[in-house]
Amino acid sequence: MAELAEAAHAVAEHGAEGQSVQEYIQHHLSYLTYGRFPDGHWGLAHTPEEATEMGFMSIHVDTMGWSLVLGAAFLLFFRYIGKRATSDTPNGIQNFVESIFEFVEARVNEGFNYKNAYVAPLCLTLFVWIILMNFMDIIPVDIIPEIAMAIGGIWGLEHMSFKIVPTTDPNITMGMSLSVFVLILYYSIKHKGIGGFLSELAFHPFGKWMLPFNLIIEIPTLFAKPISLGLRLFGNLYAGELLFLLIAALLGAYQLPAHFVWAVFHILVIPLQAFVFMMLTIVYINAAHESHDH
Amino acid sequence: MDINLTIFGQMFAFAVFWWFCAKYVWPLFMNVMNERRQKIADGLEAAARAQKDLELAQAKSTDQLKEAKAQAATLIEQANKRAAQIVEEAKDQAREEGKRIIAGANAEIEQEVNRAKEALRAQISSIAVAGAEKILERSIDKAANEEMLNKLAAEL
Repeated sequence: MAELAEAAHAVAEHGAEGQSVQEYIQHHLSYLTYGRFPDGHWGLAHTPEEATEMGFMSIHVDTMGWSLVLGAAFLLFFRYIGKRATSDTPNGIQNFVESIFEFVEARVNEGFNYKNAYVAPLCLTLFVWIILMNFMDIIPVDIIPEIAMAIGGIWGLEHMSFKIVPTTDPNITMGMSLSVFVLILYYSIKHKGIGGFLSELAFHPFGKWMLPFNLIIEIPTLFAKPISLGLRLFGNLYAGELLFLLIAALLGAYQLPAHFVWAVFHILVIPLQAFVFMMLTIVYINAAHESHDH
Repeated sequence: MDINLTIFGQMFAFAVFWWFCAKYVWPLFMNVMNERRQKIADGLEAAARAQKDLELAQAKSTDQLKEAKAQAATLIEQANKRAAQIVEEAKDQAREEGKRIIAGANAEIEQEVNRAKEALRAQISSIAVAGAEKILERSIDKAANEEMLNKLAAEL
Protein backbone atom coordinates (compact mmCIF):
# COMPACT_ATOMS: atom_id res chain seq x y z
CA MET A 1 0.00 0.00 0.00
CA ALA A 2 2.95 2.28 0.61
CA GLU A 3 3.72 2.08 -3.10
CA LEU A 4 0.22 3.11 -4.03
CA ALA A 5 0.31 6.10 -1.69
CA GLU A 6 3.65 7.07 -3.15
CA ALA A 7 2.29 6.90 -6.69
CA ALA A 8 -0.68 9.01 -5.72
CA HIS A 9 1.63 11.50 -4.09
CA ALA A 10 3.79 11.64 -7.19
CA VAL A 11 0.85 12.47 -9.43
CA ALA A 12 -0.36 15.10 -7.02
CA GLU A 13 3.07 16.72 -7.29
CA HIS A 14 2.79 16.79 -11.06
CA GLY A 15 -0.46 18.65 -10.68
CA ALA A 16 1.27 21.11 -8.41
CA GLU A 17 3.97 21.71 -11.00
CA GLY A 18 1.25 22.72 -13.40
CA GLN A 19 2.17 20.22 -16.06
CA SER A 20 -0.45 19.74 -18.76
CA VAL A 21 -1.66 16.23 -19.58
CA GLN A 22 0.25 16.39 -22.83
CA GLU A 23 3.47 17.44 -21.12
CA TYR A 24 3.04 14.75 -18.48
CA ILE A 25 2.61 12.00 -21.07
CA GLN A 26 5.38 13.40 -23.24
CA HIS A 27 7.71 13.34 -20.27
CA HIS A 28 6.86 9.73 -19.52
CA LEU A 29 7.39 8.67 -23.10
CA SER A 30 10.91 10.12 -23.27
CA TYR A 31 14.04 8.18 -22.49
CA LEU A 32 17.03 8.74 -20.28
CA THR A 33 19.54 9.11 -23.10
CA TYR A 34 23.31 8.88 -23.04
CA GLY A 35 25.00 9.87 -26.28
CA ARG A 36 27.25 12.14 -28.29
CA PHE A 37 26.36 15.81 -28.27
CA PRO A 38 26.63 17.70 -31.54
CA ASP A 39 29.86 19.27 -30.24
CA GLY A 40 31.39 15.79 -29.98
CA HIS A 41 31.50 15.09 -26.25
CA TRP A 42 29.53 12.22 -24.69
CA GLY A 43 27.09 12.60 -21.84
CA LEU A 44 23.52 12.31 -20.55
CA ALA A 45 20.91 14.40 -22.35
CA HIS A 46 19.17 16.78 -19.93
CA THR A 47 16.17 17.52 -22.13
CA PRO A 48 14.27 15.61 -24.83
CA GLU A 49 15.57 18.18 -27.34
CA GLU A 50 19.16 17.34 -26.50
CA ALA A 51 18.35 13.65 -26.88
CA THR A 52 16.86 14.26 -30.32
CA GLU A 53 19.95 16.19 -31.38
CA MET A 54 22.14 13.20 -30.49
CA GLY A 55 20.44 11.19 -33.20
CA PHE A 56 21.74 7.68 -33.78
CA MET A 57 24.86 7.93 -31.67
CA SER A 58 23.03 7.55 -28.36
CA ILE A 59 21.74 4.87 -26.12
CA HIS A 60 18.62 4.63 -23.95
CA VAL A 61 20.14 4.02 -20.56
CA ASP A 62 16.79 3.33 -18.89
CA THR A 63 15.22 0.76 -21.19
CA MET A 64 18.56 -0.86 -21.99
CA GLY A 65 19.39 -1.04 -18.29
CA TRP A 66 16.07 -2.58 -17.34
CA SER A 67 16.34 -5.01 -20.22
CA LEU A 68 19.76 -6.16 -18.99
CA VAL A 69 18.70 -6.30 -15.35
CA LEU A 70 15.59 -8.36 -16.13
CA GLY A 71 17.37 -10.71 -18.52
CA ALA A 72 20.20 -11.29 -16.07
CA ALA A 73 17.76 -11.74 -13.17
CA PHE A 74 15.82 -14.32 -15.16
CA LEU A 75 18.88 -16.31 -16.17
CA LEU A 76 20.55 -16.22 -12.77
CA PHE A 77 17.31 -17.19 -11.05
CA PHE A 78 16.75 -20.08 -13.45
CA ARG A 79 20.33 -21.17 -13.05
CA TYR A 80 20.06 -21.00 -9.26
CA ILE A 81 16.92 -23.15 -9.33
CA GLY A 82 18.41 -25.47 -11.97
CA LYS A 83 21.50 -26.04 -9.82
CA ARG A 84 19.40 -27.16 -6.88
CA ALA A 85 16.88 -29.07 -9.00
CA THR A 86 16.42 -32.74 -8.18
CA SER A 87 14.92 -35.42 -10.34
CA ASP A 88 12.88 -36.56 -7.34
CA THR A 89 9.66 -34.85 -6.34
CA PRO A 90 10.25 -31.16 -7.11
CA ASN A 91 9.42 -28.48 -4.53
CA GLY A 92 7.21 -25.48 -5.23
CA ILE A 93 9.61 -23.08 -6.88
CA GLN A 94 11.29 -25.80 -8.93
CA ASN A 95 7.86 -26.92 -10.06
CA PHE A 96 7.09 -23.39 -11.22
CA VAL A 97 10.32 -23.06 -13.20
CA GLU A 98 9.95 -26.56 -14.62
CA SER A 99 6.42 -25.83 -15.78
CA ILE A 100 7.71 -22.83 -17.76
CA PHE A 101 10.55 -24.96 -19.09
CA GLU A 102 8.20 -27.76 -20.12
CA PHE A 103 5.79 -25.30 -21.70
CA VAL A 104 8.54 -23.87 -23.91
CA GLU A 105 9.97 -27.31 -24.64
CA ALA A 106 6.55 -28.59 -25.72
CA ARG A 107 6.01 -25.59 -28.03
CA VAL A 108 9.42 -26.11 -29.61
CA ASN A 109 8.84 -29.84 -30.04
CA GLU A 110 5.52 -29.17 -31.72
CA GLY A 111 6.64 -26.37 -33.98
CA PHE A 112 10.25 -27.14 -34.75
CA ASN A 113 10.90 -30.31 -36.72
CA TYR A 114 14.68 -30.32 -36.96
CA LYS A 115 17.58 -31.21 -34.71
CA ASN A 116 19.00 -28.01 -33.29
CA ALA A 117 19.79 -27.84 -29.59
CA TYR A 118 20.06 -24.03 -29.64
CA VAL A 119 16.50 -23.26 -30.72
CA ALA A 120 14.80 -24.30 -27.49
CA PRO A 121 17.09 -22.17 -25.25
CA LEU A 122 16.55 -19.30 -27.68
CA CYS A 123 12.81 -19.59 -27.22
CA LEU A 124 13.06 -19.90 -23.45
CA THR A 125 15.23 -16.78 -23.31
CA LEU A 126 12.83 -14.83 -25.50
CA PHE A 127 9.69 -15.97 -23.74
CA VAL A 128 10.69 -15.34 -20.14
CA TRP A 129 12.68 -12.21 -20.90
CA ILE A 130 9.83 -10.59 -22.82
CA ILE A 131 7.30 -11.55 -20.14
CA LEU A 132 9.45 -9.89 -17.49
CA MET A 133 9.97 -6.76 -19.60
CA ASN A 134 6.24 -6.60 -20.31
CA PHE A 135 5.44 -6.99 -16.64
CA MET A 136 7.16 -3.71 -15.86
CA ASP A 137 4.04 -2.20 -17.40
CA ILE A 138 1.95 -3.27 -14.41
CA ILE A 139 3.93 -1.16 -11.94
CA PRO A 140 2.10 2.15 -11.47
CA VAL A 141 3.66 4.58 -13.91
CA ASP A 142 5.11 7.11 -11.48
CA ILE A 143 6.75 5.07 -8.76
CA ILE A 144 10.10 4.21 -10.27
CA PRO A 145 10.47 7.40 -12.40
CA GLU A 146 9.91 9.50 -9.25
CA ILE A 147 12.56 7.57 -7.35
CA ALA A 148 14.89 7.92 -10.33
CA MET A 149 14.28 11.66 -10.51
CA ALA A 150 14.99 11.97 -6.80
CA ILE A 151 18.31 10.20 -7.27
CA GLY A 152 19.02 12.01 -10.55
CA GLY A 153 18.46 15.30 -8.76
CA ILE A 154 21.82 14.79 -7.09
CA TRP A 155 23.49 15.36 -10.49
CA GLY A 156 21.06 18.05 -11.59
CA LEU A 157 18.80 15.67 -13.51
CA GLU A 158 15.65 16.33 -11.47
CA HIS A 159 13.50 16.46 -14.61
CA MET A 160 15.00 13.44 -16.30
CA SER A 161 12.81 10.86 -17.99
CA PHE A 162 13.05 7.30 -16.83
CA LYS A 163 11.19 4.69 -18.81
CA ILE A 164 10.93 1.33 -17.10
CA VAL A 165 9.11 -0.82 -19.68
CA PRO A 166 11.79 -1.97 -22.15
CA THR A 167 9.28 -3.39 -24.61
CA THR A 168 7.75 0.06 -25.13
CA ASP A 169 11.06 1.05 -26.70
CA PRO A 170 11.17 0.05 -30.39
CA ASN A 171 14.93 -0.30 -30.10
CA ILE A 172 14.49 -3.16 -27.66
CA THR A 173 11.78 -5.01 -29.58
CA MET A 174 13.43 -4.42 -32.95
CA GLY A 175 16.76 -5.44 -31.46
CA MET A 176 15.30 -8.83 -30.66
CA SER A 177 13.40 -9.21 -33.91
CA LEU A 178 16.47 -8.23 -35.93
CA SER A 179 18.44 -10.86 -34.03
CA VAL A 180 15.79 -13.39 -35.02
CA PHE A 181 16.05 -12.09 -38.59
CA VAL A 182 19.81 -12.63 -38.57
CA LEU A 183 19.17 -16.16 -37.38
CA ILE A 184 16.60 -16.70 -40.14
CA LEU A 185 19.17 -15.63 -42.73
CA TYR A 186 21.92 -17.69 -41.08
CA TYR A 187 19.91 -20.91 -40.89
CA SER A 188 18.42 -20.40 -44.36
CA ILE A 189 21.86 -20.11 -45.92
CA LYS A 190 23.26 -22.89 -43.75
CA HIS A 191 20.57 -25.40 -44.69
CA LYS A 192 19.68 -24.35 -48.22
CA GLY A 193 22.92 -22.82 -49.37
CA ILE A 194 23.13 -19.30 -50.82
CA GLY A 195 21.72 -20.60 -54.12
CA GLY A 196 18.86 -22.40 -52.44
CA PHE A 197 17.99 -19.35 -50.38
CA LEU A 198 18.09 -16.98 -53.36
CA SER A 199 16.16 -19.37 -55.60
CA GLU A 200 13.50 -19.55 -52.92
CA LEU A 201 13.18 -15.80 -53.21
CA ALA A 202 13.31 -15.79 -57.00
CA PHE A 203 11.37 -18.90 -58.11
CA HIS A 204 8.57 -19.06 -55.60
CA PRO A 205 5.66 -19.07 -55.65
CA PHE A 206 5.10 -18.72 -59.44
CA GLY A 207 8.08 -20.49 -61.02
CA LYS A 208 11.03 -19.02 -62.91
CA TRP A 209 9.10 -17.23 -65.70
CA MET A 210 7.50 -14.93 -63.19
CA LEU A 211 10.78 -14.02 -61.47
CA PRO A 212 10.12 -10.28 -61.02
CA PHE A 213 6.75 -10.96 -59.47
CA ASN A 214 8.27 -13.56 -57.22
CA LEU A 215 10.87 -11.09 -56.02
CA ILE A 216 8.25 -8.43 -55.46
CA ILE A 217 6.31 -10.85 -53.29
CA GLU A 218 9.12 -12.68 -51.52
CA ILE A 219 11.48 -9.87 -50.59
CA PRO A 220 8.89 -7.79 -48.72
CA THR A 221 7.64 -11.01 -47.11
CA LEU A 222 11.16 -11.69 -45.87
CA PHE A 223 11.64 -8.21 -44.46
CA ALA A 224 8.11 -8.09 -43.08
CA LYS A 225 9.03 -10.90 -40.70
CA PRO A 226 11.36 -8.99 -38.35
CA ILE A 227 9.48 -5.72 -38.73
CA SER A 228 6.09 -7.19 -37.88
CA LEU A 229 7.63 -9.27 -35.10
CA GLY A 230 9.25 -6.26 -33.44
CA LEU A 231 6.48 -3.76 -34.08
CA ARG A 232 3.70 -6.05 -32.90
CA LEU A 233 5.31 -6.38 -29.50
CA PHE A 234 6.19 -2.70 -29.36
CA GLY A 235 2.72 -1.59 -30.48
CA ASN A 236 0.84 -3.70 -27.97
CA LEU A 237 2.94 -2.65 -25.03
CA TYR A 238 3.16 0.99 -26.13
CA ALA A 239 -0.62 1.17 -26.38
CA GLY A 240 -1.00 -0.41 -22.97
CA GLU A 241 1.54 1.95 -21.43
CA LEU A 242 -0.11 4.94 -23.08
CA LEU A 243 -3.43 4.04 -21.53
CA PHE A 244 -1.83 3.71 -18.09
CA LEU A 245 -0.29 7.16 -18.61
CA LEU A 246 -3.58 8.60 -19.73
CA ILE A 247 -5.31 7.19 -16.67
CA ALA A 248 -2.57 8.59 -14.45
CA ALA A 249 -2.62 11.99 -16.16
CA LEU A 250 -6.38 12.44 -16.17
CA LEU A 251 -7.28 10.95 -12.81
CA GLY A 252 -4.21 12.04 -10.87
CA ALA A 253 -4.27 10.69 -7.35
CA TYR A 254 -7.46 8.73 -8.07
CA GLN A 255 -5.84 6.67 -10.84
CA LEU A 256 -5.45 3.45 -8.90
CA PRO A 257 -8.91 1.84 -9.33
CA ALA A 258 -8.83 2.58 -13.06
CA HIS A 259 -5.20 1.50 -13.19
CA PHE A 260 -6.22 -1.77 -11.58
CA VAL A 261 -9.06 -2.36 -14.07
CA TRP A 262 -6.81 -1.75 -17.07
CA ALA A 263 -4.06 -3.85 -15.50
CA VAL A 264 -6.46 -6.78 -15.28
CA PHE A 265 -7.02 -6.56 -19.03
CA HIS A 266 -3.43 -5.80 -19.77
CA ILE A 267 -2.16 -8.79 -17.80
CA LEU A 268 -3.64 -10.94 -20.57
CA VAL A 269 -1.62 -9.07 -23.19
CA ILE A 270 1.67 -9.45 -21.32
CA PRO A 271 2.19 -13.22 -21.61
CA LEU A 272 0.23 -13.38 -24.87
CA GLN A 273 2.65 -11.06 -26.66
CA ALA A 274 5.63 -12.96 -25.27
CA PHE A 275 4.02 -16.18 -26.44
CA VAL A 276 3.31 -14.78 -29.91
CA PHE A 277 6.88 -13.57 -30.24
CA MET A 278 8.21 -16.99 -29.26
CA MET A 279 5.81 -18.93 -31.50
CA LEU A 280 6.59 -16.79 -34.53
CA THR A 281 10.29 -17.20 -33.86
CA ILE A 282 9.81 -20.98 -33.84
CA VAL A 283 7.81 -20.85 -37.07
CA TYR A 284 10.34 -18.59 -38.83
CA ILE A 285 13.35 -20.61 -37.76
CA ASN A 286 11.60 -23.84 -38.66
CA ALA A 287 10.88 -22.43 -42.13
CA ALA A 288 14.53 -21.42 -42.40
CA HIS A 289 15.54 -25.06 -41.86
CA GLU A 290 13.11 -26.29 -44.51
CA SER A 291 14.60 -26.86 -47.90
CA HIS A 292 12.35 -27.12 -50.96
CA ASP A 293 14.08 -29.57 -53.24
CA HIS A 294 12.35 -29.33 -56.60
CA MET B 1 10.58 6.66 -33.81
CA ASP B 2 14.06 7.16 -32.46
CA ILE B 3 16.16 4.21 -33.46
CA ASN B 4 19.69 4.48 -32.06
CA LEU B 5 22.55 2.45 -30.64
CA THR B 6 20.17 0.83 -28.15
CA ILE B 7 19.11 -1.56 -30.89
CA PHE B 8 22.65 -2.93 -31.14
CA GLY B 9 22.91 -3.03 -27.37
CA GLN B 10 19.80 -5.15 -27.24
CA MET B 11 21.03 -7.42 -30.05
CA PHE B 12 24.30 -7.94 -28.21
CA ALA B 13 22.54 -8.54 -24.89
CA PHE B 14 20.22 -10.99 -26.60
CA ALA B 15 23.13 -12.93 -28.07
CA VAL B 16 24.86 -13.10 -24.69
CA PHE B 17 21.71 -14.15 -22.86
CA TRP B 18 20.97 -16.77 -25.49
CA TRP B 19 24.46 -18.18 -25.16
CA PHE B 20 24.22 -18.20 -21.37
CA CYS B 21 20.82 -19.87 -21.46
CA ALA B 22 21.92 -22.53 -23.94
CA LYS B 23 25.11 -23.29 -22.04
CA TYR B 24 24.29 -22.84 -18.36
CA VAL B 25 20.52 -22.95 -17.89
CA TRP B 26 18.86 -25.20 -20.46
CA PRO B 27 21.06 -28.29 -19.88
CA LEU B 28 20.42 -28.20 -16.11
CA PHE B 29 16.69 -28.59 -16.57
CA MET B 30 17.05 -30.91 -19.53
CA ASN B 31 19.15 -33.27 -17.42
CA VAL B 32 16.75 -33.16 -14.50
CA MET B 33 13.79 -33.81 -16.81
CA ASN B 34 15.47 -36.68 -18.61
CA GLU B 35 16.60 -38.17 -15.32
CA ARG B 36 13.07 -38.00 -13.99
CA ARG B 37 11.62 -39.51 -17.17
CA GLN B 38 14.13 -42.33 -16.87
CA LYS B 39 13.24 -42.85 -13.22
CA ILE B 40 9.55 -43.02 -14.01
CA ALA B 41 10.15 -45.46 -16.86
CA ASP B 42 12.35 -47.59 -14.59
CA GLY B 43 9.74 -47.51 -11.85
CA LEU B 44 6.99 -48.64 -14.18
CA GLU B 45 9.16 -51.38 -15.57
CA ALA B 46 10.05 -52.57 -12.05
CA ALA B 47 6.38 -52.60 -11.11
CA ALA B 48 5.53 -54.71 -14.17
CA ARG B 49 8.38 -57.06 -13.36
CA ALA B 50 7.26 -57.38 -9.73
CA GLN B 51 3.74 -58.17 -10.91
CA LYS B 52 5.06 -60.93 -13.14
CA ASP B 53 7.27 -62.24 -10.32
CA LEU B 54 4.26 -62.30 -8.02
CA GLU B 55 2.25 -64.32 -10.54
CA LEU B 56 5.11 -66.77 -10.95
CA ALA B 57 5.50 -67.11 -7.20
CA GLN B 58 1.80 -67.72 -6.78
CA ALA B 59 1.82 -70.43 -9.44
CA LYS B 60 4.89 -71.96 -7.83
CA SER B 61 3.36 -71.95 -4.37
CA THR B 62 0.22 -73.66 -5.68
CA ASP B 63 2.37 -76.34 -7.29
CA GLN B 64 4.38 -76.82 -4.14
CA LEU B 65 1.25 -77.10 -2.04
CA LYS B 66 -0.14 -79.76 -4.37
CA GLU B 67 3.14 -81.65 -4.26
CA ALA B 68 3.29 -81.45 -0.47
CA LYS B 69 -0.24 -82.79 -0.20
CA ALA B 70 0.61 -85.69 -2.47
CA GLN B 71 3.74 -86.39 -0.45
CA ALA B 72 1.81 -86.34 2.81
CA ALA B 73 -0.74 -88.77 1.38
CA THR B 74 2.06 -91.13 0.32
CA LEU B 75 3.69 -90.89 3.73
CA ILE B 76 0.44 -91.68 5.53
CA GLU B 77 -0.15 -94.64 3.28
CA GLN B 78 3.37 -95.93 3.86
CA ALA B 79 2.99 -95.49 7.60
CA ASN B 80 -0.26 -97.42 7.59
CA LYS B 81 1.34 -100.23 5.64
CA ARG B 82 4.30 -100.30 7.98
CA ALA B 83 2.06 -100.41 11.04
CA ALA B 84 0.13 -103.31 9.62
CA GLN B 85 3.39 -105.07 8.90
CA ILE B 86 4.66 -104.49 12.41
CA VAL B 87 1.45 -105.86 13.90
CA GLU B 88 1.72 -108.86 11.60
CA GLU B 89 5.32 -109.45 12.65
CA ALA B 90 4.45 -109.17 16.32
CA LYS B 91 1.69 -111.70 15.87
CA ASP B 92 4.10 -114.11 14.19
CA GLN B 93 6.65 -113.64 16.91
CA ALA B 94 4.08 -114.24 19.62
CA ARG B 95 2.88 -117.36 17.90
CA GLU B 96 6.41 -118.75 17.67
CA GLU B 97 7.14 -117.82 21.25
CA GLY B 98 4.00 -119.63 22.34
CA LYS B 99 4.99 -122.69 20.38
CA ARG B 100 8.45 -122.56 21.87
CA ILE B 101 7.05 -122.30 25.42
CA ILE B 102 4.67 -125.18 24.78
CA ALA B 103 7.48 -127.29 23.42
CA GLY B 104 9.66 -126.46 26.47
CA ALA B 105 6.80 -127.41 28.80
CA ASN B 106 6.21 -130.66 26.95
CA ALA B 107 9.89 -131.57 27.18
CA GLU B 108 9.91 -130.81 30.90
CA ILE B 109 6.82 -132.91 31.44
CA GLU B 110 8.44 -135.81 29.60
CA GLN B 111 11.56 -135.42 31.71
CA GLU B 112 9.47 -135.48 34.87
CA VAL B 113 7.65 -138.55 33.66
CA ASN B 114 10.95 -140.28 32.89
CA ARG B 115 12.37 -139.26 36.20
CA ALA B 116 9.28 -140.66 37.96
CA LYS B 117 9.62 -143.82 35.94
CA GLU B 118 13.28 -144.17 36.98
CA ALA B 119 12.35 -143.67 40.61
CA LEU B 120 9.55 -146.13 40.25
CA ARG B 121 11.86 -148.55 38.50
CA ALA B 122 14.43 -148.26 41.28
CA GLN B 123 11.87 -148.94 43.95
CA ILE B 124 9.77 -151.54 42.17
CA SER B 125 12.40 -154.30 42.42
CA SER B 126 12.77 -153.94 46.15
CA ILE B 127 8.98 -153.83 46.52
CA ALA B 128 8.61 -156.90 44.34
CA VAL B 129 11.39 -158.72 46.22
CA ALA B 130 9.87 -157.77 49.55
CA GLY B 131 6.47 -158.94 48.30
CA ALA B 132 7.88 -162.17 46.99
CA GLU B 133 9.84 -162.82 50.21
CA LYS B 134 6.69 -162.30 52.14
CA ILE B 135 4.79 -164.68 49.88
CA LEU B 136 7.40 -167.45 49.57
CA GLU B 137 9.12 -167.03 52.87
CA ARG B 138 11.47 -169.64 51.67
CA SER B 139 15.07 -169.58 50.90
CA ILE B 140 15.43 -168.33 47.64
CA ASP B 141 18.55 -167.91 45.86
CA LYS B 142 18.77 -164.22 46.25
CA ALA B 143 21.35 -163.84 43.58
CA ALA B 144 19.40 -165.76 40.95
CA ASN B 145 16.22 -163.95 41.80
CA GLU B 146 17.84 -160.60 41.79
CA GLU B 147 19.03 -161.20 38.30
CA MET B 148 15.58 -162.14 37.23
CA LEU B 149 14.01 -159.21 38.96
CA ASN B 150 16.41 -156.80 37.41
CA LYS B 151 15.47 -158.24 34.04
CA LEU B 152 11.85 -157.66 34.94
CA ALA B 153 12.54 -154.07 36.08
CA ALA B 154 14.32 -153.39 32.85
CA GLU B 155 11.33 -154.56 30.94
CA LEU B 156 9.02 -152.16 32.78
